[in-house]
Amino acid sequence: MLTCKQASQLVSQSLDRPLSLPDRIRLRFHLFICDACTRFNQQLNKLRIAVQALRGNIENDSAIQLPLEAKARIVKHVSDSSESNQH
Amino acid sequence: MIGANVNDWLNEHGDYLYRFALARLRDPHQAEDAVQETMLAAIKNNSFEGESTPRTWLTGIIKHKIIDIQRKQIREQPLSDLVDLDATDNSMDDFFDQTGHWLERPQVWDMPGSALEQKQFLATLSKCLDNLPAKLAALFMMRDVHEIDNEKICKELEITATNAWVMLYRARMGLRKCLEMNWITG
Repeated sequence: MLTCKQASQLVSQSLDRPLSLPDRIRLRFHLFICDACTRFNQQLNKLRIAVQALRGNIENDSAIQLPLEAKARIVKHVSDSSESNQH
Repeated sequence: MIGANVNDWLNEHGDYLYRFALARLRDPHQAEDAVQETMLAAIKNNSFEGESTPRTWLTGIIKHKIIDIQRKQIREQPLSDLVDLDATDNSMDDFFDQTGHWLERPQVWDMPGSALEQKQFLATLSKCLDNLPAKLAALFMMRDVHEIDNEKICKELEITATNAWVMLYRARMGLRKCLEMNWITG
């Protein structure tokens, strides 16, 4: 019988690797009888969707631009370092 | 000549690459560094395959540069700091009682419906990520945002799979707790 603490660890691990069959069965049984861990499981799924939405928002926000001074610095740095490589 | 190349790349793809890096690193300076390292690598090896566009070629490079930066950030701390997070110890006492039951039962999260709610929710999530210990946040970003698989993460960071699971567990527990406290629905 899993405790909620153990079940929550398995829920998190299931996002990172396929669980073993015994773990999968134990977890499924626990979730079947435990509302709190079922909610936790839903929360982690929602969390993952949300952080990917956050990523998408930044990737697609055309107002976010490489600052001009950073751009100038990069061009200079790359030119300098490739020149010094040639000597 | 080299300057002209880099200039062209940055004009056409610089903003895209910067946003790509910023979305994964969250720190503007680190994102600028990732772009710079990408340009250095691109100049050194100026030969993208015929079938790919310059943008996919540069994106492939920056993916690796982002991992380099995340690895440095996570490994800056001594490893003992990282592996000290054994989930069987009492580091989860904030969440569970002695018998392994939730101290506070997780709530039902109604995901934001309107665009404004969505925006507020993501702003809260962003703050919660800032509040997480830096290395946990970096590992979480690597796994759940940059979507590097666990095996590669362990190899890059030279940690065991168990260490990675424990740290990711801690990061997710911290984030969900923060969201519950700071983002009240309905």
